[in-house]
Amino acid sequence: MKPGTRLKSAACDTEVMVIRAAEGLIECGGSPMEEAKPTQAAPLAADFSAGTLMGKRYVDADGRYELLCVKPGKGSLSVDGIALVVKDAKPLPASD
Amino acid sequence: MNIALLLEMAAEAAPGRTALVCDGKRWTYGDLLAAARGAFELIQQSGAEYVALLDESSEAAVIAVFGAALAGVPYCPLNYRLPDADLAALLGRIAPALVIGDEERVLRIAGDQDHTVLSREDFTLKAQETVPADDAREYDPGEGVAIQLFTSGTTAAPKAAILRHSNLLGYILGTVEFASADEADAALVVVPPYHIAGISALLSSIYAQRRIVMLPGFSPERWLSLVEEEAITNAFVVPTMLARIVDAMDRGASAAIETLRAIAYGGGKMPLEVIHKALERFPRAGFTNAYGLTETSSTVALLGPDDHRAALASSDPRIRARLTSLGKPIPTVVMEIRGENGEVLPPGEAGEIYVRGEQVSGEYKEKSALDPEGWFPTRDAGYMDEDGYLFLSGRADDVIVRGGENMSPGEIEDVLLTHPAIADACAYAIPSVEWGEAVGVAVVTREDHVAPDEGELRELVRARLRSSRVPEKIAFLPELPYNEMGKLLRRKVKDVLAG
Repeated sequence: MKPGTRLKSAACDTEVMVIRAAEGLIECGGSPMEEAKPTQAAPLAADFSAGTLMGKRYVDADGRYELLCVKPGKGSLSVDGIALVVKDAKPLPASD
Repeated sequence: MNIALLLEMAAEAAPGRTALVCDGKRWTYGDLLAAARGAFELIQQSGAEYVALLDESSEAAVIAVFGAALAGVPYCPLNYRLPDADLAALLGRIAPALVIGDEERVLRIAGDQDHTVLSREDFTLKAQETVPADDAREYDPGEGVAIQLFTSGTTAAPKAAILRHSNLLGYILGTVEFASADEADAALVVVPPYHIAGISALLSSIYAQRRIVMLPGFSPERWLSLVEEEAITNAFVVPTMLARIVDAMDRGASAAIETLRAIAYGGGKMPLEVIHKALERFPRAGFTNAYGLTETSSTVALLGPDDHRAALASSDPRIRARLTSLGKPIPTVVMEIRGENGEVLPPGEAGEIYVRGEQVSGEYKEKSALDPEGWFPTRDAGYMDEDGYLFLSGRADDVIVRGGENMSPGEIEDVLLTHPAIADACAYAIPSVEWGEAVGVAVVTREDHVAPDEGELRELVRARLRSSRVPEKIAFLPELPYNEMGKLLRRKVKDVLAG
């Protein structure tokens, strides 16, 4: 998956931009995300329904995946069934 | 990844929130995005290969940078202070361009270069009126160059530094938290649009959703009154501006400045006296010293508010000295100090500053300056202390090499400036038959003081540094030459005194 690719959720409104990705399957709300919005909505899986937040970055434990949420939704993100977590960035003082 | 994403996200999350205030006009994120999309159409219709801005800061700068990004055409703001001949040469290097701003001047000096020229008002109006042809517009994917900036070219012809979408997004996404500003927050932007700090200020404030208040022509009085009128919370200034603001306050200028909680500065060396005074004048503000270059998409190291106050309060000279430091590298870049043979130097030893990271382009239109491992040689000389604080000694080209010994001009200048009668100082290399190079200094005497004896100055340097640093030649000048960003023009001093 190329950095800059925009993926849409089949289960909710979530859209993400890929910052970094490996070969695994990127999912939202329990269903695979795709570049085109699927015509048929997928059900929201209960285990992946915590929601996404605009502007947050989501990462896996190994730092192989990083997704930027550019549109929030009710589903939550995972790769091959393993939930991604919000990346905590230490806030820097504004310098410009 | 396209930098237009920053504005798209802000407009998606808060379309009706005020994004920009300029000359009394207010623009929402929704307004700016719509105008940027209109500008995309204008740029496509013009067939331009660049979008240039020849103007002071205004909404046109924001609309142009994002419009150009959507169209996949580099945005190239130009320095309107350049003489006609120099400016015409730069315009020639980016023809055919859509040039926004000083129509009369472009037609007069570059009328034969096939540019499309629009005044600020025409561009802004047309961008607002032009509705995208259809909703399913294909915007540029952002794999290329977002911004081209001509370096100031104090030593040679200006180089065209290029910043890719990936560099700028790497910087913003790595250092700014989306929508992290409160709705009341406002950033006062006074840096000209052709300077990297002027561009990064726009990008980071839009992504943080911090209202931008533009002050195109700087004056300390106007700056202070805008702080009050717009309840400014954040500001970036270059050292000369801060010096003038503090001066104006000393002379009685006043305004309600209590909202101002963050003042960042950079772009040149901050005199110790000015930062001391500023810390007193703005007791509620956190000060941040930012170090960065055009080629690094702005900030790569910073000295934060806590370090400033700690240095001011400390009696330990080592900690007090940090007020003159650039702080520590930001977490998203790595930095090394290297010697002449490329070896990494230990703390305390001065060499050239190298930096690596996503935001570091190190690229010019002609060629990349990155080494095979992606490190960018900044041509800035400096050292890191034991605690990792970075100190700048000057440009690598300014280092004085006397009999094989490297000496930084900054070190000598700092000592001279401790003399009560010296207001400003510049050290530079002079040719020496015996040593290859030796130290020359130019100093400015304080208005209410008598020029000190040359022997006294030599003794001061000898006592504080080594005898090799003692200036061979001392000249007294009425003032030192600076560029408009507050950078001391050492080469000019050298030329004046040689001629």
